[in-house]
Amino acid sequence: MSNLGKTLSSSLGKKLVMGITGLFLVSFLLVHCAVNALIFLNDGGESFNRGAEFMGTNPLIRLMEIVLFAGIIWHIVQALVLTMQNKKARSVQYAAYTGNANSKWYARSMGLLGTLILMFLIIHLKHFWVVSRMTDEITSGRETLFGEMKEVFESPVVVFLYVLSMFSLAYHLLHGFQSAFQTLGFNHKKYTPTIQKIGVIFSIVIPTLFALMPIAIYLGIIQ
Amino acid sequence: MSKLNSNIPEGNLSEKWTKYRSSVPLVNPANKRNLEVIVVGSGLAGAAAAATLAELGYKVKCFCFQDSPRRAHSIAAQGGINAAKNYQNDGDSTYRLFYDTIKGGDYRAREANVHRLAEVSTNIIDQAVAQGVPLAREYGGLLSNRSFGGTQVQRTFYAAGQTGQQLLLGAYSALERQVGMGTVQMFSRHEMLEVVVIDGKARGIIARDLISGKLERHFGHAVLLCSGGYGNVFYLSTNAMGSNVTAAWKAHKKGAFFGNPCFTQIHPTCIPVSGDHQSKLTLMSESLRNDGRIWVPKKKGDDRKPNDIPEEERDYYLERRYPAFGNLVPRDVASRAAKERCDAGYGVGASKMAVYLDFAFNMDRYGRVEANKRGLQNPDAATIRALGKDVVKEKYGNLFDMYQQITGENPYETPMRIYPAVHYTMGGLWVDYNLMTTVPGLYALGEANFSDHGANRLGASALMQGLADGYFVIPYTIGSYLSNEIRTKNISTEHEAFAEAEKEVQERLNKFLNIKGTKSVDYFHKRLGKIMWDKCGMARNEQGLKEAISEIRELKAEFWNDVRVLGALDEFNPELEKAGRVADFIELGELMCIDALNRNESCGGHFREEYQTEEGEANRDDEKYAYVAAWEYKGEEARFELHKEELKFEAIKIAQRSYK
Amino acid sequence: MSGNMNLTLKIWRQKNGNVQGELVTYPVKNISPDMSFLEMFDVLNEQLISEGKEPIAFDHDCREGICGMCSMFINGRAHGPKEGVTTCQLHMRSFKDGDTIVVEPWRATAFPVVKDLVVDRSAFDRVIAAGGFISANTGNSQDANALPISKFNADTAFDAAACIGCGACVATCKNASAMLFVSAKVSQLALLPQGQPERYRRVQSMVAQMDSEGFGNCTNTGACEAECPKGISISNIARMNRDYFAAKICKEEEVN
Repeated sequence: MSNLGKTLSSSLGKKLVMGITGLFLVSFLLVHCAVNALIFLNDGGESFNRGAEFMGTNPLIRLMEIVLFAGIIWHIVQALVLTMQNKKARSVQYAAYTGNANSKWYARSMGLLGTLILMFLIIHLKHFWVVSRMTDEITSGRETLFGEMKEVFESPVVVFLYVLSMFSLAYHLLHGFQSAFQTLGFNHKKYTPTIQKIGVIFSIVIPTLFALMPIAIYLGIIQ
Repeated sequence: MSKLNSNIPEGNLSEKWTKYRSSVPLVNPANKRNLEVIVVGSGLAGAAAAATLAELGYKVKCFCFQDSPRRAHSIAAQGGINAAKNYQNDGDSTYRLFYDTIKGGDYRAREANVHRLAEVSTNIIDQAVAQGVPLAREYGGLLSNRSFGGTQVQRTFYAAGQTGQQLLLGAYSALERQVGMGTVQMFSRHEMLEVVVIDGKARGIIARDLISGKLERHFGHAVLLCSGGYGNVFYLSTNAMGSNVTAAWKAHKKGAFFGNPCFTQIHPTCIPVSGDHQSKLTLMSESLRNDGRIWVPKKKGDDRKPNDIPEEERDYYLERRYPAFGNLVPRDVASRAAKERCDAGYGVGASKMAVYLDFAFNMDRYGRVEANKRGLQNPDAATIRALGKDVVKEKYGNLFDMYQQITGENPYETPMRIYPAVHYTMGGLWVDYNLMTTVPGLYALGEANFSDHGANRLGASALMQGLADGYFVIPYTIGSYLSNEIRTKNISTEHEAFAEAEKEVQERLNKFLNIKGTKSVDYFHKRLGKIMWDKCGMARNEQGLKEAISEIRELKAEFWNDVRVLGALDEFNPELEKAGRVADFIELGELMCIDALNRNESCGGHFREEYQTEEGEANRDDEKYAYVAAWEYKGEEARFELHKEELKFEAIKIAQRSYK
Repeated sequence: MSGNMNLTLKIWRQKNGNVQGELVTYPVKNISPDMSFLEMFDVLNEQLISEGKEPIAFDHDCREGICGMCSMFINGRAHGPKEGVTTCQLHMRSFKDGDTIVVEPWRATAFPVVKDLVVDRSAFDRVIAAGGFISANTGNSQDANALPISKFNADTAFDAAACIGCGACVATCKNASAMLFVSAKVSQLALLPQGQPERYRRVQSMVAQMDSEGFGNCTNTGACEAECPKGISISNIARMNRDYFAAKICKEEEVN
């Protein structure tokens, strides 16, 4: 195996991949959230549609989209490998295990939360990405992404599902954000508390904004 | 008269070691590769010796009964390690360290060995630092020192209250480095159960793999016993549960003389026994005596709470008896004084076998200083106490927490209860200047030998001795023996001596399992401990010792008839391990009493009630007893024969110790 | 002397590493709150011996919290419910009369069960043998004060060096990861000037050995730090990661 291959397949290397892809996905969330939040301008989706069009046509963004998918897949595959290894590292389970005494439930449940997010992601991609990239609905001008949004969020079940999924995302981020920095070796008495605070704010604000979108549309606050 | 030759080199005391080191025969590197050395024990002495000998090129096999060499009981040493570095510019020197050690040992140690110890003490600190041992430092980046009992200079190096741990981990890492390089073969969870002697020389050991229960034969050109002390003969001590005398005792029965077995050190500040269930005694660091005052009520059997007893009804007996040193008298003196008060009926606590160590006085003193610092005018008593409490917490917080954890009492509010406990054994296998026992090729290092501490060990000297023996003495002195062994081919473990030794061990183990008696091993161990503590403990007398000897013999007979050891031979069986150890402790106990009975004087940790001054102080007899009592094992019938190594003091003038 | 607590113990019994084990229930009576947890086990073992049953094997030695030998997983927590103590320092006053207490061995594939509550932790020794040292042969050293070390660094190195190698971090980690143990040694030596020459070799060989022993991976839950009887900080893990990536990415020297 090459030097890089050996490094990345070591326990620390795998963590490094999780951390870097994780932070990359965090940056994606920020951009995604910023663009989508344009709907709160309540201008009939005009700004939002323009933003969406830019994101859909700019070649650099399109390239990044591929990187993004690669990042998501890497993050998932690596998580699966790590989880399997971790399962193997304790072949006999404890009869009694009081995890809450020493760690947070969501820190111990990243795999579960991640799986929920993945399930959401599949549905979410079907709702929007497939429509905008795989069909000519939007390029042909028959439909706008904003219109698609309004259509999808007519269903209370979908809205409920989206909101619930944002809880998964929030808890996933609550641990993942600061964990990524720890993994990358960034732990410093003076700066770590700030990073942790930013992590908490990020994990609350971004998923909340995301969750407000379907709610607002469903309730007709955004026209 | 004596078969003993201590092989002390000729010459001026301060030049003996330097000269000897330069003239001791060497083994060339090619030959070293063919010489095998067995090291039993992986504490400071064992790990240091195994690592260093492997570095030199010898093939080393190291054995320990714990699951890892890092767990040897050296790890529990708290206070520090002495070295004559004179970093504090307070007049320390090799000679002073040598002198303090001889005097502290009540003039019962061998001058040449102790001087060598003082000489190499400085190398130990250098070595430890080079290994990355994080000794305490000052802001300037240089090493910090603290003062310790029995000395007037600051020469004790330390790593918080975990000096032993840090030094052991240093030696352990050096050992593991050699294991990783394949030059040391490590046998964890192995217990040495016999020495194999061929043509009068130690040639190997029989060890039991404690997991599979299988007996193994191991050949070595030389065997080093670094197996620690035997304080657990008292059942309750500050030693680890597994600490035992078995390796040393097997060697003794194979011809190694046992030196000064009755010299045991009782540490004055331990948490007292709280009940029959107790398995182990916990030390409260000696440093607490700096800030605590020790007292008992003036009235016998006073059951009032300590805080309800007014000042004038308290007896600060150490300050009363020893005004010059007060609460800071040496360990043996402080221990005996506590026993005297408790025996006289003034003891405190539920068991009445404890005295108070009270911090209230010093808390208030610190509190007033603190109030002054902050410019508080006429602070009330509560404020002073609160301020003082913070100071004490800062200094001893972890110890106070430990005390509270164990006793359930808050030592900030009520005085600590303390009582002396067995801590260290100065006696051990008799060794010559080369650390070789009376069996050629068989060595004893560290606490397992008798050599450096005389009748009483000074604080922070045990770590120094273990590492000195392992790092800086044995690597040189072993050459004088091994240089003559380069023609000795490896002896096959099929040799009849190995077969015979293994058979003996096998039979003994079978016997334990086949007695199928009614009492557990611990039952006998506790009874032995009680006999030893009552009659061969802090104070001994002729009658008691004679009684003890016959009681121990009875106990031995009962043990071999009625002990119950469950489980099988060929499996992990801790009860079987314990049985072997206790059987050896019983035999050792008898020898300790015989030795104590023989020594008609009081010195250091050995206090014979018949030999005390009118004021109750130890009365040493240098005319008759300035010798090392080295006992030879003569078989079940003839038992033990005494050999004497006369102690000659050339550099030091013998004087009575006084702390008044 | 005896006390007044009556307890129900559920203890893992396993004859050896080759057979299956199970939890067995034992009642114990008249336990004193002053007993340590291990002394309570002594009482139970005496009781078992008198009944002709084989006593429970458990690791223990110094019984003062420093040797790192004792290793019980008590009611779902390494070394039991109290923070900052080993099993031998846990006293029965931390429990109530009538409690049911589940006691299991450390569970990790890298720590196979030897018997009952005893496990084999030699993997830790092999990790140290792979590089947890400074290569300084006896006699090679310079004067101890020739190399000043800042008090802060010396103290931080000491905090990492306080590790007793008990394995509670592995036992408690949901992934049975040994990162806290390994990083403590890596950090101790990385913080000291004496440790610099081998700093980047050391971290690589120790991590490689750790991986080959079959420990799990770290997911930064922080459970190890919370359960460590010596309070070793996970900042050490970050330091190890840092050194490891620096070694792998920036250093030309290759270490296998």
